[in-house]
Amino acid sequence: MGLGGLLDALWQVEFLRMVVLAAVVFTFLAVGGPLFLVLAERKISAWIQARVGPKHVGPHGILQTVADTVKLLQKESIVPHRADVVLFTAAPVLVAVAALLDWIVIPFAPGVIVRDLNVGILYFAAVSSLTVIGILTGGWASNNKYSLLGGLRSAAQMVSYELPLGFSLLVVATLTGTLSTVRIVEAQPYPAHFYPSVIVAAVVFLIAATAEANRIPFDLPEAEAELVAGYFSEYTPMRFALFQLGEYGALLASSALFTTLFLGGWKGPFALPGVGPVVDGMVWFLLKTYAVVFFLMWVRWTYPRSRIDQLLNVSWKILLPVSMANLLVAGVLVVLG
Amino acid sequence: MNAEALAFYALAAMVLVGGFLVVQSRNLVHAAISLVPTLLGVAGLYVLLNAEFVTAIQILIYVGAITVLILFVILLTEGATGLRVRQRNEQVPLALLVCGILVVLFLVVLLRVPWGPPTGPMPAYNPGAVGRSFLMPYVLAFEVTSLVILASLVGAIVVARREG
Amino acid sequence: MIGPAHYLGVSALLFGLGLYGVLTRRNAVAILMGIELMLNAANINFVAFTKFVDPTFVRGHVAALIVITLAACEAVVGLALVINAYRHLETVNVDQVNLMKG
Repeated sequence: MGLGGLLDALWQVEFLRMVVLAAVVFTFLAVGGPLFLVLAERKISAWIQARVGPKHVGPHGILQTVADTVKLLQKESIVPHRADVVLFTAAPVLVAVAALLDWIVIPFAPGVIVRDLNVGILYFAAVSSLTVIGILTGGWASNNKYSLLGGLRSAAQMVSYELPLGFSLLVVATLTGTLSTVRIVEAQPYPAHFYPSVIVAAVVFLIAATAEANRIPFDLPEAEAELVAGYFSEYTPMRFALFQLGEYGALLASSALFTTLFLGGWKGPFALPGVGPVVDGMVWFLLKTYAVVFFLMWVRWTYPRSRIDQLLNVSWKILLPVSMANLLVAGVLVVLG
Repeated sequence: MNAEALAFYALAAMVLVGGFLVVQSRNLVHAAISLVPTLLGVAGLYVLLNAEFVTAIQILIYVGAITVLILFVILLTEGATGLRVRQRNEQVPLALLVCGILVVLFLVVLLRVPWGPPTGPMPAYNPGAVGRSFLMPYVLAFEVTSLVILASLVGAIVVARREG
Repeated sequence: MIGPAHYLGVSALLFGLGLYGVLTRRNAVAILMGIELMLNAANINFVAFTKFVDPTFVRGHVAALIVITLAACEAVVGLALVINAYRHLETVNVDQVNLMKG
């Protein structure tokens, strides 16, 4: 269905559907994103570093993030002296909304998707690039040099890594002959002779997505030791939580897109007994997505932070040529295949 | 009022208010940020016009790349330090006159044109239609555009590189 | 019913705003933003004509995409020039950049 199909349905019904879906997706994002992932991150980091991690709030500390959230919400909301109030307030909202918009084209199970756009993966690339503006704005509006530097670093990084990311999306589009995420899932598993291209594209995508989500080894924008905390240094809890929501939401969305493009989306190795295709699809999809998230966390707690020149060199001198060559190979494979 | 009209007027308001802020803001960072709603509104108009592919490219290139580039340059050059600097030249009355006349002229002309029915139906699959159009009748334009991209890439690097 | 005239009206107004920005702003980056507005106005026309006049080969979409590409090129080169001018003259106001050599 095209974007224009929005208007074919009765608009009141469509509007209601939109509001309800936004609420559902946002709840999923808030619970499956920061609330769960922060806990997972702390537990996994503890496990990797042979510590125990949070264990006092609730059984095995599973309510730790809930307690932290309540703490965050209780704190005073402060706008720094001489900051730009409007932009300072708008920036975290923009980041959170951009993360929310990513989910429109992610198929959870057969038929369970907010909207199967015919420009699906292009749309994903487009809306995830909105985050940069939120970060840049937040960094500038804070009226703090650390925030500004963090914002500029982040923008430079995200803009450079968007290109390899876009090229790996293009490879998938070339191989499957469609931009719709649902059809890409249906086209999998890929024929064996596509594997060289698919594997290179997957690796490039994973590296670029890590950089887009500003995570170690690419977390320069918020390097605690050098930049205090980067672009959100000046943000007080409630708005900081929105930035966190955007960040973990983007991480989860990248993992979900990786699952959709390279891991077969909702398709599992075997059908679960006694449940319909929808539940089956959702279980496999979430399982794979969180496996990707786990992998990214594993990387984060294993590798040190890279320098800014290394970071940009990796993007421009390695990932970009490799992904361009890969696109060429993919074209040849399709023509010969 | 039906849904299309509602969406159109909302988007048109977004575009025009955003555009007004772009040209009117004293603070250049505000002007650049106002580009975001303007360009997103234009993308929304493309949705109403059944141009899905152009919409996605509009958001990807204009909002995601050009606006970020503009913001970057503002922050790297004067940023908001230019707040006390005069932002307008002495041509304001003249410019108002010229733009006013031009807009009135446009509006008069487009209200007088008799709009016939379109020559055919829209192709069903928009990205495919755009791709075929690019690679068959307009392949020369496509190739020339890619040459321009290469030239501007080289040009920008040479111009912005610090000498010595 | 929303017809071509509506879209062209919005585009005409946006073009007027962009032109006003280009004619009155002193800062080179602000002038560039005005140009972007004018290019967007032209693009609205192209895409509207595709729907209401000649949809067969989506010619207007092709034109709009080429304009977007060229806008990106123009922004890149223009901003590189701005950075260079700022480095040499410490101003980006076009009425102060009036030397033939730096």
